[in-house]
Amino acid sequence: MSFNLTTEPALGTGASISMWVGATAIALLAWAVIYNQLAPFSEWVVALMPVDPKSELGEAITFFAYDTPKVLMLLTLVVFGMGIVRSFFSPERTRALLAGRREGIGNVAAAALGIFTPFCSCSAVPLFVGFVSAGVPLGVTFSFLIAAPMINEVALGLLFALLGWKVALTYLCFGLAVAIVAGWIIGRLHLEGWLEEWVRNVRASAVELPTATITIVDRIKAGIEAVKDIVGKVWPWIVAGIAVGAFIHGYVPADLLASIMGRGAWWSVPAAVLVGIPMYSNAAGIIPVVEALITKGAALGTVLAFMMSVIALSLPEMIILRKVLTIRLIAVFAGVVGTGILAVGFLFNALFQ
Amino acid sequence: MRDVKVLGPGCARCVATAEMVQKEAGKLGIPVTIEKVTDYAAIAGYGIASTPGIVIDGKVVHAGGLPKSEDLSRWLAG
Repeated sequence: MSFNLTTEPALGTGASISMWVGATAIALLAWAVIYNQLAPFSEWVVALMPVDPKSELGEAITFFAYDTPKVLMLLTLVVFGMGIVRSFFSPERTRALLAGRREGIGNVAAAALGIFTPFCSCSAVPLFVGFVSAGVPLGVTFSFLIAAPMINEVALGLLFALLGWKVALTYLCFGLAVAIVAGWIIGRLHLEGWLEEWVRNVRASAVELPTATITIVDRIKAGIEAVKDIVGKVWPWIVAGIAVGAFIHGYVPADLLASIMGRGAWWSVPAAVLVGIPMYSNAAGIIPVVEALITKGAALGTVLAFMMSVIALSLPEMIILRKVLTIRLIAVFAGVVGTGILAVGFLFNALFQ
Repeated sequence: MRDVKVLGPGCARCVATAEMVQKEAGKLGIPVTIEKVTDYAAIAGYGIASTPGIVIDGKVVHAGGLPKSEDLSRWLAG
């Protein structure tokens, strides 16, 4: 069987490639033009309303009218870019890179690849078993499984849109650190015996997949598909989150939040982690609220810990992983990752006074 | 008769993949039997790390996400 059939008729022809690339460039240009008009647009909207822009209601409406399109546009751009980048990666290729790798360097590579490798939680079980049975060490597999959902384009895109690139970068670095260290510790504990028995019995060698034809048009399509899939799913949560955030901006007094979620209250970090565990997939709606909380005096470390807990320690994912891990191993996983997130929260609050 | 297995725990994309196989095979006039493999241990035995996966006559041709229809018809014909 030969797979080097590159002469597909009517597909990948020069004309259609330049058409797609050109259309993408025009769309990006239009994006930039519209994005630059958002501030005057929101002022214009508020001016149309019969409210005083300086009043509480006026402030809430300005916040909502500016932030909603801004956040959705930035998120769309980030998700589109990430969709294209991800078309260069696959779990099978990542596995081949990680198989047989030593712990330490393997944990670092796994966490970094976790950012770029396409991953959905419905695929978590096949991925876990596929990795472990093909010789990826358990701790390295965990580094991947922690980083992949935690450092995702929605979280990074929203943090970037609402709190700036410094906070997004901080989240990225601390997220990587938690994934690397937690995976390394789990690897050191040698808990292979705590996997479900059927997982230990899987004997499979990694497959060699025939190369699929991927053109630049396919990659652009993958970006559009990601936007439809992800932005299409999370936008109601984001709009709802911004509405709540707008209310906080306009009405909640700053001192109240500073006393509950400020740096002075040490217990707020563990409380934020615990509250985050049962929450899931509403991360998109939580970040706009979080932004409003921060401007009202909540400590950034507390808020980052909350976000990480919501995303990395979700109950539904643990239920999915229960198929491959014993309860004891899930408890160790939650304990190690939770401790890591706590450390991030405390460290961040201590460092950035 | 080509023996096609769609590997996946029953997610939306796995169902869509099975439908694509049916459609492409119909277009090409190739008779196929489609079996959905949903058991995790059985899926793992094929050595893939992402679903849905496609196995044609015992050979894994695809893993992760929806296949392209051009690729699918090439695999079915090959």
